[in-house]
Amino acid sequence: MSASNWTTDFLNQLTAAAITVEQFSLPSTTLWQIESGHWQQFADYALAQQLRWVAGWAEHVEGRLFINACFEKQGVYVLSRAIVNAAKPELPSQATVYPAASRSERHTQDMFGIHFTGHPDHRRWTRHQAWAKHDYPLRKDFPVQGGPETVTPPDKEYPFVKAHGEGVYEIPVGPIHAGIIEPGHFRFQAVGELILNLEERLGYVHKGIEKIAEGRTPEALARLAGRVSGDTTVGHCWAACRAMEQATGIEIPPRAALLRGILAERERVANHLGDMGAICNDVAFIFAHMQFSRLRELWLRTNAAVFGHRLLMDRIVPGGVVCDLSEADCALIERECVRLSKELSEIMPAIDLNSSLEDRLYTAGYLSPEIAAALGTVGYVGLASGQDRDVRRDAPYPPYDQASFKVALEDKGDVASRFWVRYKEINASLKLIKQFIAQLAAGDTLAEWQTPPAGSESLGIVEGWRGEIIAYIRFDAGNKIARYYPRDPSILNWPALEKLVLNNIVPDFPVCNKSLNGSYSGNDL
Amino acid sequence: MLRLFKKIITTGVVTEKYKVPKDDELEKLGIQIKRHIDKQFSGSIAIRQVDAGSCNGCELEIHALNNPYYDIERFGIHFVASPRHADVLLVTGPVSRHMQTALLRTYEATPNPKWVVAVGDCAACGGEFGVSYASCGAVANVIPVDMVIAGCPPTPHALMKGLLGLMKG
Ligand code: SF4
Repeated sequence: MSASNWTTDFLNQLTAAAITVEQFSLPSTTLWQIESGHWQQFADYALAQQLRWVAGWAEHVEGRLFINACFEKQGVYVLSRAIVNAAKPELPSQATVYPAASRSERHTQDMFGIHFTGHPDHRRWTRHQAWAKHDYPLRKDFPVQGGPETVTPPDKEYPFVKAHGEGVYEIPVGPIHAGIIEPGHFRFQAVGELILNLEERLGYVHKGIEKIAEGRTPEALARLAGRVSGDTTVGHCWAACRAMEQATGIEIPPRAALLRGILAERERVANHLGDMGAICNDVAFIFAHMQFSRLRELWLRTNAAVFGHRLLMDRIVPGGVVCDLSEADCALIERECVRLSKELSEIMPAIDLNSSLEDRLYTAGYLSPEIAAALGTVGYVGLASGQDRDVRRDAPYPPYDQASFKVALEDKGDVASRFWVRYKEINASLKLIKQFIAQLAAGDTLAEWQTPPAGSESLGIVEGWRGEIIAYIRFDAGNKIARYYPRDPSILNWPALEKLVLNNIVPDFPVCNKSLNGSYSGNDL
Repeated sequence: MLRLFKKIITTGVVTEKYKVPKDDELEKLGIQIKRHIDKQFSGSIAIRQVDAGSCNGCELEIHALNNPYYDIERFGIHFVASPRHADVLLVTGPVSRHMQTALLRTYEATPNPKWVVAVGDCAACGGEFGVSYASCGAVANVIPVDMVIAGCPPTPHALMKGLLGLMKG
């Protein structure tokens, strides 16, 4: 079935079921406006058509609340929207149909005061104790400063799921963990060493990103987007800039697109190197940890030398990039790619042949393809459990529309699979960097910005190193941001951790966690 | 196993030399506490790192301090798992309101004498996030801060310099 076919078929089905859909065309996608009463039924039909639930968010627009849900199939994204009155907002939940929508709806409930009827879990999520019970920070009448107490009390009364029975005990961990790592709370129920249940409680690093985005200029928004999750600064910045550029209707110069591609692949390689080392470290295989962290350091030093920032922050700006490559830089990067590939080809066999590592990584942290699909997992977490998706291939954007590469796929669903997917992705990235350098032709790196019409909106979708990133942007008058919502891949992947640790032993939690490596900051916003 | 040893031998030692910064450099880092630290902890300090709301960029660079190029442990600076074992708290991020109590408790749990180093622009002044309904802004708005290492994020080199400044020269 061709891509445009499924939307036609799907719309026909909805019409037959008396679900009216008003269609609008947005710069990057189509918008389907649906009556709020049909919101859940719409999800039922979407699931039957095997659409993937991608992201959900809301927006307060002049006395009304827009509730959005994005779906995808075969690389075609549609944005669906229901509109309710802000006075007593209610909407049937889609989480009953799509488990992936659950936390997102709870976030919307906490930030906008929308009641999702029939939602399987009405507990607060992003809300802890920093704003009052009937306050909703993303409503327009809520001031950005809020009305916080001098000291925000901890959220101690959160109703965790309880387990009872002989020998069952609880291990509460966090928010502050033992290592150099972001904060979050994990509640384990265990018998002996075996994990019976894990519940995540996140939201500790909620910094009000969505709220402080409002009213920003495009440049200031790009800077903020680059700090949604520091390890994904290129990915988020690119997604936000794509959304802003599409909303404005400007095309970035080809050279800028290629440079963005190089930045994004460099970010992917750096993070995968770091994670592969950390996974080995969590099973006490220090040789590999030291080798990978050495390679990562060398890679970051090249970033600093060539692009002027080790993590590549603020290199992507609305309209293009503010960095460039000389011929000498290109030669340096190419040599570095060859060297990295050679070094990895020496290190990987030494790792592969190590039986103690095999013992710990194989079969640990198993995520079945069914659960991976139901939760809508993306990136290496999905790929390691057979979820064959990659925005760079499925909905290609410049420069990936002119590149060829293979999407890494594994099917065992364990820690080892997630490890190997990363290795394959590094190899693919090295090839892509080479292709992009070969295509670099002289030219501009920055397009001139134009003020977009008030109300223009768009979705920026890119493949970050953790997987698909969605950025939604709507402009106000005067070149100001009215709404920014970034959906980090972690938002879809975190729930998978609760599943994949089951029946593992507590001491294997760190390596299971590292193999998924969700971003707390990208989740909590 | 032979492959492994071969790689270790051919890699060699990559650790780099570092000098303890001079006094005027230290002033730039805003250290007011060096003398006390010299006296109290000659030769070794234990650090508890606390992410109080960062974007995780600062953590990546703090991690890098333990890679073989910087290998910060050789200077007697080590990261510990509990604030009760720590001399220094290395705090990153604007302090999110949801982390405020946790940070205060960590501070209380750290035995005296103790020092707080605010790492990164967010910890120094709120950075891109500032003060809002969700963020307390700078670390100094929540607990007393003795030293600031600026940068977004500070490079491992800047962190090394700052932390070595805490130690006896
Ligand atoms: S200083 Fe920069 S890197 Fe550090 S937490 Fe703030 S935004 Fe992130």
